Amino acid sequence: MKKLPNAVISLISVVIVVGLWETFGRGVNPIFASYPSAIFAAAEEMAKSGQIFTAFFQSMKGLILGYILSALVGIPLGLLLGRYRWAEHGLGIYVTAGYAAPLVALIPLFMLWFGLGLTVKVAIIFSLALFPITINTWFGVKAVPKTLIEVGTAFVASDVAIMWKIIVPATLPYIMTGLRLAVGRAIIAMVIAEFFTSITGLGGIILTASDNFDTARMFVPVIILMALGIGGTSLVHWFESKVAPWQETIAGGEKK
Amino acid sequence: MAQVKVRVHDLAKEFRIAATGDEQTVRALSSVSFNVNEGEFVALTGRSGCGKTTTLRIIMGLDQASSGTVEVDGRLVTRCGNDRGMVFQHAELLPWRTALANVEFGLEVKGVPREKRHEIARRSLELVGLKQSMDRRPDQLSGGMKQRVGLARAMAIDPEVLLMDEPFGALDAQTRESMQMELISLHEKTRKTVIFVTHDLDEAVLLADRIFVFSPHGRIHEVVDINIPRPRTDAVAIRGSAEFQKKQYHIWKTLKAIDDSTRVEVA
Repeated sequence: MKKLPNAVISLISVVIVVGLWETFGRGVNPIFASYPSAIFAAAEEMAKSGQIFTAFFQSMKGLILGYILSALVGIPLGLLLGRYRWAEHGLGIYVTAGYAAPLVALIPLFMLWFGLGLTVKVAIIFSLALFPITINTWFGVKAVPKTLIEVGTAFVASDVAIMWKIIVPATLPYIMTGLRLAVGRAIIAMVIAEFFTSITGLGGIILTASDNFDTARMFVPVIILMALGIGGTSLVHWFESKVAPWQETIAGGEKK
Repeated sequence: MAQVKVRVHDLAKEFRIAATGDEQTVRALSSVSFNVNEGEFVALTGRSGCGKTTTLRIIMGLDQASSGTVEVDGRLVTRCGNDRGMVFQHAELLPWRTALANVEFGLEVKGVPREKRHEIARRSLELVGLKQSMDRRPDQLSGGMKQRVGLARAMAIDPEVLLMDEPFGALDAQTRESMQMELISLHEKTRKTVIFVTHDLDEAVLLADRIFVFSPHGRIHEVVDINIPRPRTDAVAIRGSAEFQKKQYHIWKTLKAIDDSTRVEVA
């Protein structure tokens, strides 16, 4: 039998889930839940008014800035933590603690420091997305086979050369995993930021719609964000296959 | 007369292992001394854990001895250097680099310009018979091919001494045999000094001019001269020769006697 392409498997799954949702969602009080066709109608209306696009771009600005910033800081920080004992034991505890810390609790403080504009959004997104990137990079470095480092040592490579020519490429798959996990965290952080600070963007729409018990409208940005999560994750995955093409051919717990 | 290339003097190595609470000191090497002449091919052999790989790693500069010295061309070895080229047990190629780029690694970190690097690496791959596959990545190479790349990488920096750590141990018998012949012809062409670690007696006798037989705790038990004339290109004749069989049997018997005398400890 011919194997189904991956995309077809996903598509069939989506059709079934949306179909079930439509069938059973109609019977429920529209305040408690909604269903696909009602959400679609709400989306159409929000698109006509342009409201959803404005909100989308407001959100994306903070999201992209915060995400890029967290990658720019998180990757070097993780490399440092994995490579140098002083960094690991001097700074590692804060990273581990920061990953588990309830950052949401600190948002009022963030507002005092950064106000209510774009800056505070970026700061919140940054502080949530930073940790998965840092921690994955860190443990990626720890997982580089000692023997590969020895190749560098044996051929008299400098510390910098060992970092760039051995550790960074060997760690790339882990860095990419961190970046993928951070997509989800960044989106959550963005919505939280919009809830608590300026009530703008997609998070703002969710909040106002649910305050008005307009469940269908509330679902529109939620679904956009979920799609954004899938899109962002696939983008990172695609990027990974470009920068670390050897990985796919040597790794595989997947049953073929 | 032949000049001394590598001088190993009174190497000892101890390390501590924490075994169920109390620390134990394990003696890995005790007073290992030998010289290797220019262009000579020597093999270090013995049971696993007898210190042959440790000796090689100390000569390379990857491990430090507890005491004793290593000199290459009269210079004291304190760390790794390009006068020694290492071929690792499992090739240890960088999986993201093509065969060619792997061979270039040593030259790259040495700062050899790109054009020159390509040229040297290409020649080195040619030397090990891998010219057609230089654009493949390690996952697209067979075990034997990987080890050829590892050998080409070590040769590319044009070292004075080639250090090989059981490089063919993980290969199937047929591939191993062809790699051995390949290495013989490479040694014939380049006349490099080679120190080769192996537990395979057949391999040791076939390749080496002299064999250092190690006994437990890193002692050199015996040095065996192999008087098979070079070039050793005819494997059939060599394996059929009385010298080959006599020396192989002799070393086998020596190792067996060592095993028997230490059996109490092993069991």
